[in-house]
Amino acid sequence: MAAANDTALAAAPALPSGRLFSALWPFAALLGLALLLPLTGNDYWALIATRACIYWVLVSGLNLIVGFAGQLAIGYVALLTIGAYTASVLAAGNLTEPLHPFLALAVAALVGALCGVVVGLPALRLRTFYFAMTTLGFATIVTQIALAWQEVTGGGIGIPGPSLPAPLDTAWGFYYGCLAVAALCTWLTGNIARSRFGRALVTVRDAEVAAEASGIAKPRLLVMVFLLAGALAAFAGGLFASLQTYITPDAFTFDLSLLFFIAVLIGGRGSILGPLLGTLLLTLLPEVAAPLAAWSTFLYAALLLVIVLAMPGGIAALIDPRNRRRLPENRAVVPRPELLPALLGQQPPHAGLALRNIVLAFGGVRAIDGIDLDLRPGEVHGLIGPNGSGKTTTLNVISGYYRPETGGMTCDGAPLPAGDAVGRAARGIARTFQTPRVVGEASVLENVMVGASIEGRAGFLEALLSLPRQRREERALEARARQALQAVGLAALADVRADRLQHSELRFMEIARALMLRPAFLMLDEPAAGLSTDEIRRLDQLIRAVGRQGTGVLLVEHHADLIFEICDRITVLNLGKVLAAGTPEEIRTHKEVVSAYLGG
Amino acid sequence: MLASILASGLAVGAIYALIGITYNTMYATSRVMSFTAGQLGMLGGVFGSLFMLRLGLPLLPALVLTLACCALVGVATEFVAVRPVLKSLDQHLYVLSTLALALMIQHATALEWSTEPQPFPKLLGIGDGIWDEKYWLPVAACAATILGLEFLYRRTLVGRAFLAVAEDNFAARALGLPERNLRIASYALAGAIGALAGFAGGQLLLAFFANGALLNFYGFVPVALGGLGNNRGAVIGGILLGLFQQAANFMVGGIFSSVAVFAMFILVLLAAPQGMFGAPAARRV
Repeated sequence: MAAANDTALAAAPALPSGRLFSALWPFAALLGLALLLPLTGNDYWALIATRACIYWVLVSGLNLIVGFAGQLAIGYVALLTIGAYTASVLAAGNLTEPLHPFLALAVAALVGALCGVVVGLPALRLRTFYFAMTTLGFATIVTQIALAWQEVTGGGIGIPGPSLPAPLDTAWGFYYGCLAVAALCTWLTGNIARSRFGRALVTVRDAEVAAEASGIAKPRLLVMVFLLAGALAAFAGGLFASLQTYITPDAFTFDLSLLFFIAVLIGGRGSILGPLLGTLLLTLLPEVAAPLAAWSTFLYAALLLVIVLAMPGGIAALIDPRNRRRLPENRAVVPRPELLPALLGQQPPHAGLALRNIVLAFGGVRAIDGIDLDLRPGEVHGLIGPNGSGKTTTLNVISGYYRPETGGMTCDGAPLPAGDAVGRAARGIARTFQTPRVVGEASVLENVMVGASIEGRAGFLEALLSLPRQRREERALEARARQALQAVGLAALADVRADRLQHSELRFMEIARALMLRPAFLMLDEPAAGLSTDEIRRLDQLIRAVGRQGTGVLLVEHHADLIFEICDRITVLNLGKVLAAGTPEEIRTHKEVVSAYLGG
Repeated sequence: MLASILASGLAVGAIYALIGITYNTMYATSRVMSFTAGQLGMLGGVFGSLFMLRLGLPLLPALVLTLACCALVGVATEFVAVRPVLKSLDQHLYVLSTLALALMIQHATALEWSTEPQPFPKLLGIGDGIWDEKYWLPVAACAATILGLEFLYRRTLVGRAFLAVAEDNFAARALGLPERNLRIASYALAGAIGALAGFAGGQLLLAFFANGALLNFYGFVPVALGGLGNNRGAVIGGILLGLFQQAANFMVGGIFSSVAVFAMFILVLLAAPQGMFGAPAARRV
C-alpha cells in the first residue's frame, strides 16, 4: 500500500533532499497508517485493508499499462481470474500433485505474465477502441472457460482458494503479508516509472513519432510491461483466492475490472501516488456508503464520466506541485553555444548521408520525384522551396517514416534501410518536428532525457530493482540532460511540466532532446517558425555551433534570411524535384530560383 | 439442422449488422466509436417489453415509442459523452466517456427494470418452425434499414448533407452546413436503428439488461471486420458472424463458440487492422 521509503531513496539519487521528502512523505504516511491499523483490533477492517492491498498489487501493474503507456486495457479482471484459478487449482491438486501454496502462487504469476502478453499483443497493432474491445472480449471468455471446465475449476460450484501456512493464516498475519507485497509493488513500479522505461512509455503514449525518432521500439517495451503487469495481476489473483477462501466465477465480475481501470484514471495518468489513492478510495467507498452498495457500479461509471469531462488529470494533477509554482513572465531563451563542445564532443570522421534518385508518390501525386541530396558532416545544409515542394517529405523519408518507391540512401557508406524509423537513432540521426512532439505531462528534463534512450544499457530487470548500474546511468543521463538544457537556454525551466512552456521554448526543448543523442546528423523541420527575431538570431548561433562539432545539420526553413546566413550549402526543391543546389552565393543568383521562389 | 443454423444465423447476424450500422451512423458524423451502440439494442428490447407487456400498448404505438425513447438516448449520448470530448479527439477520451455512459445505462436498467431476462411478446404471429417471425423479423428490419438509409443518403438533401459531413467535416462546415445539428440528428437516427435491432430481435434475445455488453461486442466485430464507417462491410460481416457463431454453437456448444468467435476476431484484425473494406491508416507525421 505504501512505498518502502528507504529503498525508494536509492532509486532517485539525483533529487535534492527537500524534493525527495515532498515526493515520498505521502507514501511513508500511508505505510505508517497501514502498519498501525491492527491497533483497531477490528477484524472487518483487516478484511477491507487486505482487499485494498491486493487490489493495489494488480492496479500498480495495470497503472503502467493504462496510466503510463496509455493503453486502454479494460478487462483486466481476466488476469485476476487466471491467477486465482491457477493458484487454487495447483494448491488443491486438481491437475497435478498438490503444490505448496507459495509455489502455486509463483506459478500463477508466471502463467499471468504469459497471459498478460497474450491479452496485450493486439495493442501493438490495434487502435484504442479496438484494443479496449479485445480486452473486454478476453474477460468474457476467461469467465466462460472457468464455468465450463468443470473437472478442473469446479464450474459454477467453485473451488477452495490456497490456504497459506503460518504466520499468514490469521487475518492480521495475512494482512501484513499482503501489505508487504503491496509496498514492494509500489517500489518496483515506482522504479520503472522513474527509469528510461517509464519515460519511454509516456513518450509512446503522447508522442509516438518522437519516441520512434529517439529509437524507442514500442513492441519490446510494451511486451516487458505486459509481462510485469500480468504477473502482478495474477499474483494478486492468488492472494485474492486465499482471502476469499472459496472462489466461483461469480466472484470475478466485470465490476471489479471497472474498479481497477477507474482507480488508475481517477488517480491520474503518469503517477504512482494518484492511482494508489484512487484504489484506496474505490475500495473504501462501498463500505462508507453501505446503502448505495447496489448502485456502486453505477457510481463508479458516473465518477469515470465526471473525471473524463471535468478533470482529465485526476488526483495526480491536483496534488502535483509542478502545476502551482509561477513561472517568470517575459522570460527569454538564451542559448549558450559555448557549452556545446562539452555536450557533443567532436564527431568522428564520417562519409556523410546520401540520397540518390528518391521517388515517393501519395496516390497520384509525386511528392518527391527523383531527389539527390548529400549531407556532409560539419555542414549546415538548407532545404528550401515553396509549400508542397517536398521538403518535409524528404525529411520523413530520411527519418524512415515514409518508404520511397525507388531510390537508395546511404549513411557513412552503408545502405540506410528505408522505412525503419526506430533504427535511425542508433545511426546517429536525430530530428525535430514541425509541430513539436512532446509529453506535456512530463517535466522538461524528462522530455529531454528521452533523447538518449538508446544509450541505456541497464535492462528492464535492473531498472525494476534499481540496481547500481541503472542508478549510475540515470545520474549520468540527468547530468547530460541538464547540460543540454543549459546549452539551448532552458536550464531554469528543467523541472517545469512541458505543457506550461511557450511554443518557442518547446522548439528549443526539441533541439535539446535531439542533441542528447550526440547526433552525427541533426534534421530541423522549420525550427524558426513562430520564433521572434531575437530568438531566430540565437537559434542561428546555436545551429552554427552544432555544425562546428562535426554534426551535419539539415535545415528545412522558410526564413530565407536565416538560410542564406548560416547554410554552407543549399538545395532548392520545386514540385518534388531539385531545382538547384549549391552554395548560398550560387543559389542567390540562380535565375530559376529567383523567379520561382525568392521573387524579384 | 442446416436449415435451423441458417435461420438462426441469419437472424442474429441481422441483429449484429444493425448494431454495426448503429456504430457506423454515430461514427460518420463524429469520428467517435461509442460503447452505447449495444446498449441501444438492449434498450430496444426492454422498452418494447415495457410498453407492450407491462403497459399493454398495441404494436405500432409501442414501436414508435421505443424508437423515440432510444433516439432520445442517442441524443443524450451526443450531449453528455461525445460533444465535450470532440475537441481532443486524438486523446481518445471518447472511449472512456461513452464507456461510462454505457455502464450507467446498463446498471440503471438492471436496477430499475430487472436483473433477470424478461419475456418479449409475439409481434405478428406469422409463420412457424424455421419460418417463425422471430427469425425473419430481424432480417426484415435489417433490409428495411438498409433501404431506408440508401433512400436517405441518395435521394434527400439531409442525407447528402450527412454524407458531406461524414466525408469532410471541415469542408462541410465551410460550406455552411449545420454540422452540429446534423451530428445530433445522426445520433438520434443511430438510437432509432439500435432500438429497431433490439425490438425486432426481442423474441430471440428477450428483454435483458446484460444484452447490452453482448451486443456491444458482437455488433463491433462486423464493424471492425468490414471497416469503420462502411455499412456494406457491416452487413456482410454481421451476417457472416451470425452464421459462423450459430454453426459453432450447434457443433461445439455455446461456450466454445464464443471462444471461436473471439479467436477469429483477433486473428482477422491482426492480419488486417483496417478491416476487409476499410481504408489504410492516415499519415502520422
